[in-house]
Amino acid sequence: MNINLPIYLDYQSTTPIDPRVIEAITKSMIEDYGNPHSRTHKFGWIAEEKVEIARQQIANLINANSKEIFFTSGATESNNIAIKGVANFYKNSGKNHIITVATEHKCVINSARDLEQEGFKTTFLPVKKNGLIDLNQLESAINDQTCLVSIMAINNEIGVIQPLKEIGQLCRKKGVFFHSDCAQAFGKIPLDVEDLNLDLISISGHKIYGPKGIGAIYIRRKPRVRIKSLFSGGGQERGIRSGTVPTNLAVGLGLASEIAKNEMQKDLDHVKKLSNKFYQEVCKLSHIYLNGCEINRYPGNLNLSFAGIEGESMIMAIKDLAVSSGSACTSASLEPSYVLHSLGVDEELSHTSIRFGFGRFTTESEIDYAIDLIKQKVNRLREMSPLWEMMQEGIDIKSINWKSH
Amino acid sequence: MAYSKKVEDYYNNNDNIGSFQKDEQGVGTGLVGAPACGDVMKLQIKVNDDGIITDAKFKTFGCGSAIASSSLIAQWVKGKDINQAQTITNQQIAEELSLPPVKIHCSVLAEEAVKAAIQDYKTKNPNYDHSKNQ
Repeated sequence: MNINLPIYLDYQSTTPIDPRVIEAITKSMIEDYGNPHSRTHKFGWIAEEKVEIARQQIANLINANSKEIFFTSGATESNNIAIKGVANFYKNSGKNHIITVATEHKCVINSARDLEQEGFKTTFLPVKKNGLIDLNQLESAINDQTCLVSIMAINNEIGVIQPLKEIGQLCRKKGVFFHSDCAQAFGKIPLDVEDLNLDLISISGHKIYGPKGIGAIYIRRKPRVRIKSLFSGGGQERGIRSGTVPTNLAVGLGLASEIAKNEMQKDLDHVKKLSNKFYQEVCKLSHIYLNGCEINRYPGNLNLSFAGIEGESMIMAIKDLAVSSGSACTSASLEPSYVLHSLGVDEELSHTSIRFGFGRFTTESEIDYAIDLIKQKVNRLREMSPLWEMMQEGIDIKSINWKSH
Repeated sequence: MAYSKKVEDYYNNNDNIGSFQKDEQGVGTGLVGAPACGDVMKLQIKVNDDGIITDAKFKTFGCGSAIASSSLIAQWVKGKDINQAQTITNQQIAEELSLPPVKIHCSVLAEEAVKAAIQDYKTKNPNYDHSKNQ
């Protein structure tokens, strides 16, 4: 069977657009060029109708009301709106504390850091060795000043799923809002905002085989969550997010959501099958470590440490595979991942980690190719690794007095 | 990050990968870098009675540029007298491989590996200079 190289195994950074979505967007670009906020003519009305259908499709996927969905440019913007918007609205009522986690995406961490500059108090919860938060620690971190808890659903680097239901119950009991960055989870695993007591969630289009440049935020109406919008404008999206909604992109995100809802089980089964095969085969090489909890995880994300092999040289050796060492936003830097660091992964092992991402369009023959290539290259790189040689000789790498630069 | 053609070539070159017996009298071993920093280089040189490096082997844990830098110096030191090898600088390595600024530390490490290997040889053979003068 013919395989196109390189093979795309970076589904956490982005996903290819589903051909059905492309078709819908193209059609919409031709037909719905009116401004969806124009009230005076048919072009506007048609565009508005398309946007409202998309809004409903998104709402359906998370058991929300379409009036609770607001279009944004993507999950980064949604996270900013959720965190800064809630914090700034409720600060006048004496609430000035927000809680998040050390392994969140940079846009969540930096939104919290920005708020610190403005005088807010923040708590960055640590995670356990498996990447999950400790619920007792969360409970004791919540105080009378806390207005928001922001904890992601699926981690982008290591794929672990935080205990959303327990977090939601705790937040509801304590009377604080619960926001979740669901960029990696929306459309991939079931998310029910009622069942999970989610008050705000961030959604991305391009992680679910939809277009880049669009996302959404869910904001609960009952009990109502108020936010202060980030920027001024014409008051579109009920004043939550001014600016013309890009009709074609909204149509794409809507359809991508509908497909994700209808095919979620099929997608999950597919990804699980490929991921299990890949993991089992690659583990036949010795000293391969899975980063993050083995049980509570999304199977389409495998973050593996290859002892004795530095990640960048591994990526170079397997360049027929498009993979990443950590998240794309930081993969140009020489620092090992802050997420793995938070898990307490040994520094030398965190330099050896590679993230493999599988998705709807990954094929079994691609996985077979990847397995063969990895087996072959791991052996070569270990043969040239002084650390691997020491491990084989039974020398404890930690016992050596290394001179750090 | 895209690598230069030369980095790719040296990275893919298997000629000088390997190890010598550490305790052999004529072998000098340099082990530099640190696992926590993501780079460890081991360079070994085999020196004859005339002070000429007759063979060199390396093993490296590090990025493509680090592997290429050590592969290059293993090639370069061969046939050189240890005093000549001592003068190899990181600039020469960086230039040869067209390393970008973020990868300069790889060439620094490679230079250190050569110096450390020579130092180890000299420590093991304290009469080296003396024997040469005879």
